[in-house]
Amino acid sequence: MQVNENKDFQPLIVAFCCNWCSYAGADLSGTNRLNYPTNVKIIRVPCSCRVNPMFILRAFQRGADGVILCGCHPGDCHYTSGNYFTRRRMTLLFSMLDFLGIERDRTRVEWVSAAEGAKFAATMNEFTEAVRKLGPNRRLEDLRCRKQ
Amino acid sequence: MQEAMINKAKQLLADGTVNRVIGWKRGEFAYDITPAVFETAEELEKEFIYDDFTAANVSKYLVKESKKEGKILAFLKPCDTYSFNQLTKEHRVVRENVYIVGIPGGPKLDAEKIKAKGITGILGVKNENYTLKIDTVYGEENMPFYEAILDKCATCKSKKHVVYDELMGEEGEVLDSTRFDMVEKLENMTAQERYDFWRGELSKCIRCNACRNVCPACTCEKCVFDNPNSGVENKAPADSFEENMFHIIRAFHVAGRCTDCGECSRVCPQHIPLHLLNRKFIKDINSLYGEYQAGEDITSRAPLNDYKQDDCEASVVHERGVE
Repeated sequence: MQVNENKDFQPLIVAFCCNWCSYAGADLSGTNRLNYPTNVKIIRVPCSCRVNPMFILRAFQRGADGVILCGCHPGDCHYTSGNYFTRRRMTLLFSMLDFLGIERDRTRVEWVSAAEGAKFAATMNEFTEAVRKLGPNRRLEDLRCRKQ
Repeated sequence: MQEAMINKAKQLLADGTVNRVIGWKRGEFAYDITPAVFETAEELEKEFIYDDFTAANVSKYLVKESKKEGKILAFLKPCDTYSFNQLTKEHRVVRENVYIVGIPGGPKLDAEKIKAKGITGILGVKNENYTLKIDTVYGEENMPFYEAILDKCATCKSKKHVVYDELMGEEGEVLDSTRFDMVEKLENMTAQERYDFWRGELSKCIRCNACRNVCPACTCEKCVFDNPNSGVENKAPADSFEENMFHIIRAFHVAGRCTDCGECSRVCPQHIPLHLLNRKFIKDINSLYGEYQAGEDITSRAPLNDYKQDDCEASVVHERGVE
């Protein structure tokens, strides 16, 4: 793994958050005045299983350096079983990205409940730092989308 | 074999069991055998071919054909029966409208491998004690039979027919295949090596969509890649992202449904080893969610349509050894 020494590098992180748990968790971390990096851009989805593998690839295409998918804890899904399907799909997708030689640390699945504001902030701080170390996403970007 | 198949087809047409036959006929060249539908005994007599180049899987054609009036006779090789069974499971074919005759499978020949030996102008081949006698416009040439077989046949997973109404020849068995060897070899490389390998392969892609069109699992009426808003609609890839996108998504859409028939790699005009992507998914599914062979039966749940409460977390990918 290449470690980027550039401390000024500001990664762009896309976080897909499920409406019922993680989005509320992010809200809670805000009302609790917890800090998490502004690099994280949240996209609200009805359920973590709404996230199509294409969404993740498209995020990387448009310049994301890391993509994190947050949903309810297994067993707590608002739609009963959505996150179980997410778990299988994302495991396979991440494994495929790894197989193609794309850094596996740029993608992650985390379970954050609506009560876990602190966990949300901690996860985002940690993930942003991990991606900052990896440096800009070069292996899965679309050159035409690169900002000048 | 060809003679016996024609006789069987004629007999079934004559007694009214079926009104059409799906088989193969010669394309532009002797090694270019293409699927075709026959309606009369005369057509069968004149054009029906089954030889060492007949590798095409006709299961996908049955999606449309089985919805027409009357029964159709289909000759299916063992690998084709897996595809057919998978389509039955997904309600894509009408099982009652197909009369399946199981025929012994390969190994089938790869014309590209013969051409790579510098043998051109192929008019026909004969297999004599595993020496391939190739009749060309420049005279007769020889090469060992097993050097000319398709990659997918070299790592054949099964000689067993999982579905049939009638069997020609003997019942085969599921083989102990070495099909995951190459996937394992890649997994043991470093991320940089894997990246270089796939860049080299996928950058050859011309987006002819042959892999998608031939795939018996890809039967959507409207494909995501035909959508102009997908960003990867039918055009040659503009950059490495589009190449990756197409191939990752293509493989992902058949994950858990791919029977590993190997047609995608066979038809690729650029010889990209696309089956490796599918096999990676199959291997992951086998190791993470239990052994599963798509098309083996029509009752089990597909791994991506199913879950267990104690499935592994996605972080297993991040915890693996090679970086």
